[in-house]
Amino acid sequence: MKVYPNDDLLLKGLASNDKEAIEAIYKENFGLIQTYILNNNGTSDDAKDIFQEAMIVLYEKAASGSFELTAQIKTYVYSVCRRLWLKRLQQSNRYSSPVESLEETVPVEEELEEHQKKNEAYLMMEKAMGHIGEPCKSLLEAYYLQNKNMQEIADNFGYTNADNAKNQKYKCLMRLKKLFFTQYKNGN
Amino acid sequence: MEEILLLDAAERYLRGEMTPQEKTTFEEMRHTNPELDQLVVEHHFFLEEMNRYSNIKAFKNTLQETQAKLEAEGVLKEKELGPGARVVNLWKRYKKTIAIAASIAGVTSLLTYAATNIVAPKADINQVTELSKKLDVLTKKTDYQGNELIKVKGDIKVPNVQFKSSGTGFLIDGKGYLATNAHIIKNSSTVIVQNNKGEEFIAKIVLMDNAKDLAILKITDQEFKPLTLPYGISKSSTEIAEPIYTFGYPRNEIVYGEGYLSAKTGFNGDTLSCQIDVPANPGNSGGPVFNENGEVIGILSTRQMQTEGAVFAIQSKYIYKALEELKKNDAYADIKISTMSSVRKMQRKAQARKVQDFIFMVKGN
Repeated sequence: MKVYPNDDLLLKGLASNDKEAIEAIYKENFGLIQTYILNNNGTSDDAKDIFQEAMIVLYEKAASGSFELTAQIKTYVYSVCRRLWLKRLQQSNRYSSPVESLEETVPVEEELEEHQKKNEAYLMMEKAMGHIGEPCKSLLEAYYLQNKNMQEIADNFGYTNADNAKNQKYKCLMRLKKLFFTQYKNGN
Repeated sequence: MEEILLLDAAERYLRGEMTPQEKTTFEEMRHTNPELDQLVVEHHFFLEEMNRYSNIKAFKNTLQETQAKLEAEGVLKEKELGPGARVVNLWKRYKKTIAIAASIAGVTSLLTYAATNIVAPKADINQVTELSKKLDVLTKKTDYQGNELIKVKGDIKVPNVQFKSSGTGFLIDGKGYLATNAHIIKNSSTVIVQNNKGEEFIAKIVLMDNAKDLAILKITDQEFKPLTLPYGISKSSTEIAEPIYTFGYPRNEIVYGEGYLSAKTGFNGDTLSCQIDVPANPGNSGGPVFNENGEVIGILSTRQMQTEGAVFAIQSKYIYKALEELKKNDAYADIKISTMSSVRKMQRKAQARKVQDFIFMVKGN
C-alpha cells in the first residue's frame, strides 16, 4: 500500500485517477463536509453529491498541470463544497442565513465559474455521444480515446479493410462534431 | 474525399506525426488558407474536449466505485444530526413563529408604556423650562461649531469651478501620472481627476501633444497615495481581430465595453492610431484600450467620431514616445512605466475588477 505523506502527492494521484488517492481524500474530508451540509438544511445524499462535484473541480485543477495548491486540500475542498452548497440552497429557495463553522476558507468563485463552463461542455459532449449511437460511439472511442489503429479497428468492427473503417470513422466524427457544435454555438 | 484527406492531415499535424518537410508545407498552407487554419483550430479544440470528456467520465466512475466501497466498509457513515444541529434546525423551522410572537410582545409592552405615560401626572413646568433653556444653549453651540466647520472645509475644498469638458484617463505610473486625450483638457486651467469611488484629486498638465491628441497629467494632490499598477503598457502593435475591452466615464459611473481591433490604421489612414469596434461616447475619450492580457494597447480617442461613426485609438507606443520627450525635463525623469501586466493570466472579470480602480474621470474647465 502506497502512503501519501502530503497533499502534492495526493493531487498527483488524483490527476492520474488513482483509487487510493481518491479514497484517502474521501476519508480525510467527507466527514467534515457531511457535518456542514447536515447543519445547513441538507441530507446525507446532498453531502455525497456536493462532495463528488468538489472532487471533480479538484480533479480538473490537478489535471490541468498548472495548478498550485495555495491552501491545504482540506481547506480547498471545504471552500468549494460550501460555495456549491450555498448556491444550491439559493437555487432551491431553501436559503436561509447559513450556519458558519470556524473552518478556514479560501476564495473559489472564479474556479467555480470555470468549472461551470467546463461542466456545460462536458454535458454537451455527453449528449452528442449519446445521440450518435452505435457503432459510431465505440468506433470513435476506439480510435480517439483508446488510440487503436485503423487496422485493429477494421478487424474488431468487421470492416473489410482499414480504408473502409477510416471512411466510417470520418462520417461518425462529422456527425459528432455537428451535434456538439450545434449545442455549443446555441449555448454561447 | 478532399475533406477526409484534409482532416487526416490536420490530425497527423496535431499529433506531431508529420515529417519536418510535411510540417513546413502544411504550416504554409495553413497560413495562406484561412479555412484550413480554422479547421485545424476547431479540430484541436474538439479533440481536447473529447479527451477531457473521457477523462472526467473515467474519474466519475472511480469516484462512484470509491464511494460505494467506502460505504460498504462502513467508513462513510450516514450521520445523525448532533444535538447542536437539532437546535439550529428547530430555530430555522420556527424562526417566523418566534419572530411574530416577539413582535406581538413588543407591541403590547409599547402600548402599556404609552398608557402609563398618559395616565401618569405631568412633570413640573419649571423643570421643563429649565431643560428647554439648556437645549437653547446647546443649539447655539452646535451652530457655532457648524460655522467653524464650514470655514475649515472651505479652506481645503477642491476649487469650485464649472467644468466644461470631461473624459477618461488612466494611470501609467503609480506615482500619479495619467494619460488622456489632449482635446479633453485643451485650454483648461484647472484639471480634476476622479476615481471610481468618487474621490477627486487636483492634477496638472505636464505634457500636451495636440497633434497626437495625447496628454500626460500628474496628480499633485497631497491626498493621493502612490499605487502599484496591475497592468502594463504595450510597446508593440496589435493584430486585427484581437479582442479588446475599454473602461470609461461616459456618465458619472465607470462603464465597461468590449469589442475588437478592426483596422491597424486610424482616420484617413493615420498610422498613429488604429480603428476599434467598441461602443463609445465622448466621455469614453482618453480611456485605456486593453487587450486580452490586460495590457494597454491604446488610448481611445473619439475626436473623429461624429464625422466617421467609427472609434479610433491612439497606439500605446506613442505614450512611450511622449515620455521620452518628457523625461528630458529633470523634474519628470523618475517616470517609470512597465510593459508587464500582473493580471495577464486572469479571466476577464477578474482583470476588470483589478484595473478599474486605476481609471479616472478627467474634468477640465
